[in-house]
Amino acid sequence: MQHIFNGLVSGSFLAMLALGLAVIFGMLGVVNFAHGAFYMLGAFGAYLLLTEWGVNYWVALAAVPVALGLFGALVERVLIRRLSALDPLYNFLLTFGLALLLQDLVRREYGVQSQPYTSPLTATVDFGLFTYPAYQVMVLGISLVVCLAVWLVLSKTRLGVIVRAATERPELTRALGIDVGRYVAPMFGFGVALAGFAGVLAAPMRAVNPLMGGDLIITVFAVVVIGGLGSIFGSVTAGFAIGLITALANLYVPTLSQTIVFILMAAVLLWRPAGLFGREEAFT
Amino acid sequence: MLSVENLSAWYGQARALNEVSLDVAAGEVVTIVGRNGAGKSTLLRSIMGLHPKTTGTVSLDGKPVDRLAPHQRTRRGLGYVPDDRGMYASLTVQEHLLLPRAVGPNPWPLERVYETFPNLADRRGSAGTRLSGGEQQMLAIARVLRMGARLLLCDEPTEGLSPLFVARIGEILREVKEAGVTVLLIEQNVHFAATVADRHYLLAEGRVVDRLDNDQVRSREHELLDYLGI
Repeated sequence: MQHIFNGLVSGSFLAMLALGLAVIFGMLGVVNFAHGAFYMLGAFGAYLLLTEWGVNYWVALAAVPVALGLFGALVERVLIRRLSALDPLYNFLLTFGLALLLQDLVRREYGVQSQPYTSPLTATVDFGLFTYPAYQVMVLGISLVVCLAVWLVLSKTRLGVIVRAATERPELTRALGIDVGRYVAPMFGFGVALAGFAGVLAAPMRAVNPLMGGDLIITVFAVVVIGGLGSIFGSVTAGFAIGLITALANLYVPTLSQTIVFILMAAVLLWRPAGLFGREEAFT
Repeated sequence: MLSVENLSAWYGQARALNEVSLDVAAGEVVTIVGRNGAGKSTLLRSIMGLHPKTTGTVSLDGKPVDRLAPHQRTRRGLGYVPDDRGMYASLTVQEHLLLPRAVGPNPWPLERVYETFPNLADRRGSAGTRLSGGEQQMLAIARVLRMGARLLLCDEPTEGLSPLFVARIGEILREVKEAGVTVLLIEQNVHFAATVADRHYLLAEGRVVDRLDNDQVRSREHELLDYLGI
């Protein structure tokens, strides 16, 4: 039971990161390789706010994603937009370079050893059969709420209709009177903010170091591919599922726990090339 | 209302339109007739601002719109019905109708759309791509009426439709015309064209090669059909 919980908690991070990645890919057609770096910046942001200015965790949880979201929107405006007319490969290289740059800037200042971050919640929750750290329970709850909220906005609001339309057929959507360009930077910023939010959530329970994002992001890419590129629902579901499967693999076949994600990815690609919840149109 | 002067368009090095000039007056229904590959769709896409490489001038109400992006052109009254009908797989019928931004003086309310197109009302929860061809065409037209567009650019709305739906499209176009909306229509079906339109341009190899009125179309129907290869 405890392992299922562990799996769902790591799944929370995968789901939030995959969600941001899916939103960005859908809207911009950009595979954001810097996503892991933004996640790392989220965790470091929380760490710096606490150690340098004594800003507590709860404030950081709100402030860091907002700041990173603005930074992300700026990156889109200044860098990514310039390459949008070219082959997507250029933005792939740009974001990959950005990831390395951000990672090494942090490494230069703080080295590679992990920085400690004290958990804001030290209590445990008694579930009868087992007890579980309250903080982890909160992380799971928050991430479920966030994913659900994003899904509701996308499926029930006019903003959601516009985002889905612009994701699927940007040119046509322009011809229907929608200024698609206006939504691009905010959506990129939103995806980045989600990564930062996940980073702050991760700070008290994961090692805060410059490489934390790079290590995780490969798994997140596998999650997005399994869920179906650009599919919001698929990314979130796959995130939780992969978290769970990895935790169970860790328990029963520890040797497989690192590779099972990629085995699953290969299997899904062979069986359904567009991913579990992907549409074939995504390739045209 | 619409004036196109010396419009040329390219795909890479290949010229798809060659100095096309045409005029459409307010309240008219005008068709563009021509074979596949004559440049008809490129012409509409260029007027809408969707084709990247063009020269020449497109004016609406006497003002050039060449520098405007597609969404800005809609604000001048243009509405576009693309040749593939422009359905979204991730949007329901109702969402298709809620998406467009109202730009003209008379955007149709949702209730009026559903009254005029009962098929769409029945299928409001279905994904756009799940509709039949005829229903998709209805939705594509209804969508620009929701915007209150003053000039519809319709890229072959009758293509591949059953005679029943073709007749229905004809009724809708006449109704739209009565409401004061101007229509520029691509049409291969010259018989149908003569029943809905006021006049016609014949396009061949990217040029306007002839202008015809309905009588000319009727008297030359066999010649035209022969020419179009139908």
